Amino acid sequence: MTPPPDTSGTTDADPGVPAAISDLIGKVQYEIAGEFPVEQGYIWTSCSSVENGNPLFWDEAVAEELTGGPIAPPTTLSVWFRPHHWAPGRTEQALPLQVHFDLKAAFDLPEAVMTDNTIVFHEPVRPGDRLRTHQVLRSVSGPKTTKLGSGRFWVIDVEYFNQRDELVGVESYTGFGYRRDAA
Amino acid sequence: MSAGTAHPLLGDVHEGDTLPELSYDVTATTVVLGALAARDWRPMHHDHDFAVNRNGTKNIFLNTPNQAAWFERFLTDWSGPEGRLGRMKFRMKGSVFPDDTMVLRGTVTSVGTDDTGCGWVEVLVSLTVDDDLKTDCTARIALPVSAGDNPWARKGDQWKP
Repeated sequence: MTPPPDTSGTTDADPGVPAAISDLIGKVQYEIAGEFPVEQGYIWTSCSSVENGNPLFWDEAVAEELTGGPIAPPTTLSVWFRPHHWAPGRTEQALPLQVHFDLKAAFDLPEAVMTDNTIVFHEPVRPGDRLRTHQVLRSVSGPKTTKLGSGRFWVIDVEYFNQRDELVGVESYTGFGYRRDAA
Repeated sequence: MSAGTAHPLLGDVHEGDTLPELSYDVTATTVVLGALAARDWRPMHHDHDFAVNRNGTKNIFLNTPNQAAWFERFLTDWSGPEGRLGRMKFRMKGSVFPDDTMVLRGTVTSVGTDDTGCGWVEVLVSLTVDDDLKTDCTARIALPVSAGDNPWARKGDQWKP
């Protein structure tokens, strides 16, 4: 059984996309380190929010036996990069998926939703890990109209690494930035 | 394979098997707790007025990372802690709001091993409200191929998610 084809290296832009945007496709942007180490308390908060009783996250003996110690739920990957809502000295709210917000601004699209999300999990994330990440714009569509409004779709990859430079995961987001059509 | 408490080995699982259904009554607390657990401070996940008057939705709604956490919980409730997620792809077709009863159902679509001997199961998971599909998810999860096998022990080129 082979894994699904990896299309993360593909890039695409509709011919109508401005050069300032299409030039960014495939380029690494926003290399950042997480603002805080992976922490056990937040692991439990995440599990609690969905009533996840997997003993891997609650029973030290099970975690030691299976994973050599505690790990974070794989789907918490993005949690460790979401900035504090406020921090000393910060004058603007930091945004967790900046390329997405850059595209909203570039196309003057005030609203946006995420429509597709693919997550590939590699090395487990552990309490105390300091993760870093970067974002890569993969594609931007031409103008589209949906029931939400008129706008554009785009695909952004977020790649995550631990302090040992091991790949811990890749998330691929499809976003739709739009302007609500006049009623 | 149907509902049960024993954790499946790869040989126990067959294409077409169904996973135990999960039904959950969503409240505003579910939505807000899920957003904050994901450190997602965006107002459409906690501010009713913003969600309705800015986003044009009928209420606050579950965010994407929290839906991923629900899918993970659903899959590992079935697989047990030995199950190791390799990949999830999901598509949101509609939002999940407070007062919805969301139902997660899963069907095994393929079973096999890769060239390293790792056992893989692919599951198609649906999240519905009143039988209306809100999100579908294709998940690839590694299961032990034998009692002594542990997918979590795989590293480097022995792990091909």
